[in-house]
Amino acid sequence: MSKKRFMVLSILMVVAMLLSACGPAVAPTAGDATKAPGGEAPAGDGTVYKVGLIVPLSGDAKTFGISTMNGVMMAVEEAKAEGFNIDILVEDGKCDAQEGTNAATKLITQDKVHYIIGAVCSSESLPVSVLAEQNKVVQITPPSTNPAVTVNEDGTVKQYVFRACFLDPFQGVVMAALAKELGATKAAILYDVSNDYVKGLAEYAKESFEQGGGEVAVFEAYTKNDTDFSAILSKVADANVDVIFLPDYYNKVNLIAQQIKEKGITATMIGGDGWDSSDLELDLMEGGYFSNHYSPQDPRDVVQNFVKNYQTKYNSMPDSFATLGYDAAKILIQAIQEAGTDDTTLVAQKMAAIQYSGVTGDISFDEQHNPIKKAAIIKISGGQTEFFKFVAP
Amino acid sequence: MRLTWLRTPLRIIAWMVYAALSLVIVYGVYRLIQFKGATYFFQALLDGLRLGFVYALIALGYTMVYGIVRLINFAHCDVFMVGAFSSYYAITSYGWGIVPAIILAMVVCIVLNIAIERMAYKPLRNAPRITALISAIGVSFFLEYFTALRFVFGADFLTYKRPFDVVVWNVLGLSISNITVIIVAVTLALLALLLYIINRTKVGKAMRATSQDATAARLMGIDIDRIITLTFGIGAALAGAAGVLYAIAFPQIWTFMGIMPGLKAFIAAVLGGIGNIAGAVLGSLLMGEIEVLTVSFVPFGSRIRDLVAFLVLIIVFLVKPTGILGEPQVEKV
Repeated sequence: MSKKRFMVLSILMVVAMLLSACGPAVAPTAGDATKAPGGEAPAGDGTVYKVGLIVPLSGDAKTFGISTMNGVMMAVEEAKAEGFNIDILVEDGKCDAQEGTNAATKLITQDKVHYIIGAVCSSESLPVSVLAEQNKVVQITPPSTNPAVTVNEDGTVKQYVFRACFLDPFQGVVMAALAKELGATKAAILYDVSNDYVKGLAEYAKESFEQGGGEVAVFEAYTKNDTDFSAILSKVADANVDVIFLPDYYNKVNLIAQQIKEKGITATMIGGDGWDSSDLELDLMEGGYFSNHYSPQDPRDVVQNFVKNYQTKYNSMPDSFATLGYDAAKILIQAIQEAGTDDTTLVAQKMAAIQYSGVTGDISFDEQHNPIKKAAIIKISGGQTEFFKFVAP
Repeated sequence: MRLTWLRTPLRIIAWMVYAALSLVIVYGVYRLIQFKGATYFFQALLDGLRLGFVYALIALGYTMVYGIVRLINFAHCDVFMVGAFSSYYAITSYGWGIVPAIILAMVVCIVLNIAIERMAYKPLRNAPRITALISAIGVSFFLEYFTALRFVFGADFLTYKRPFDVVVWNVLGLSISNITVIIVAVTLALLALLLYIINRTKVGKAMRATSQDATAARLMGIDIDRIITLTFGIGAALAGAAGVLYAIAFPQIWTFMGIMPGLKAFIAAVLGGIGNIAGAVLGSLLMGEIEVLTVSFVPFGSRIRDLVAFLVLIIVFLVKPTGILGEPQVEKV
């Protein structure tokens, strides 16, 4: 009897936990998603452009997916308000290759979409890009940085696949260029050897800084669970460097920066877009810089309007994912408008030649369908982040 | 008996080995100083000391419990984590100072560890030792994953706000922070208290008796269960304090933070001789130094620091399983 009651109770608890975990975060945005297909009265020529959106809406990468979707939805609504007839269908790619494939297959074969925005993780974008290329569906991924997403195995570019974000090598080069601009000649680079993204940034920054005539005096790896950086930082102090590259994510950077302060090291800290988080300890990073996809303090109208509208709609600051999602959707819409037809081959050609001016900068595509744009450098001063300048490699 | 004549030459050989070892160490230190300068070397030594003192507090808990019940309490490192978290909430939510925060962490850990002992180990007191060990691993995983749930501590990294400002002194080119001073002072104070309890009180006498021979101790009228509970409590108190100190030194906490320091402290306890209090401290200081010196002087040292730590464990098991200060176990028939 008591055993049964315990079981019922525990099942109830599990259900309650599940509800409380997923409820508030997804509900409002999912509402938007389902509302969208209802559509408005066809305007203009009456063609309805069907766009599939694949983002992770559950699992580890859920918050990235929701941010991306928010950005895309804003762009879609703006287009609709201008009378552009677009129908958006959302699928959960779960940041997983299999789920991404399923989502893309459904969108392409059942829903007959001609355009796909997504996915978020490179692991889901890759299989989707193969399907998109086979079926001549134009795909643009907002944040996937794996080079293989837009390039076939034989090295040729996928004609129908594009991305809105810059790649890891680019950020490494930007970090090195920034250091040179700041007059640094001697640098230390500390990186997590078990993270491909961090390692990539570190290696490209090193190569580029050395090519520019600088000296990388300390190039030290650490592992994911390290917490004690005292010995590495002794080396940094001993080398007396001008700048320290910390290409890791904000939580590790917080920890390292704390210990840098304690060692009495005053070198300027420089990081990548992994720093972009409200959890970054700005007091510790005082005087530091990091490269990012955009800066909310960027004075251009397009940025300011986007930030303002996003805040009123979602009640939070847009992060990089939201911004890239917005720009990706805008690029797609502009390419369709320029083509003026639902013929995907023509749209892909127009997109390859696009000149788009968006929140994350002025974008055109190189021959591998990676965007050519500048990185926004954000400076941390007075406990605030502020827009410093754009840097091209 | 018949080999008495061998003793003197053996002793001489032993002393020669010791002398050779010391020479090697002195020469090694000399070379290391030459390598990058004295300041760099002594700074590394100091950083190693700081790490070692934190390990010591954790290792003492392992070693004491092992000494009494012959159980490696794998949940110990998670008790350490809970100590760090409870002080985090006391400091960030209620603005407590460092001393009350440490005391709170110790109390919370004592309660938790005694509860663990009652629920997970006591029913297995007469079961084979491996059963209790598996139970300990289970408790360890339970604590890690349960506390990672959203309504407990959550799975995020939290930045630990120190309840005081960091002051860095420059002494002869060495940067010494008040954090190092606090860690060393708290550890030494707790160690003194521990030694007092063990060597000068009746309870301590009972603990020593239990660790020597539990059955005989019970026959002498010692309440073994009470002593075991007490041992778990004292070990947990030390782990709680260690949690706070570790979080102060490396100010970021999450529910899996205990694993690595826990393993290193365990290695330290084995290195010093598990079951031996002085050995745990000595082993911990050595572990701290080994780690920091590896990173400071070995090429690619920062990548292999964990490797070196576990290598130490393997070497100890191969060369001297009883550790530096451990007594060889006499199998009782």
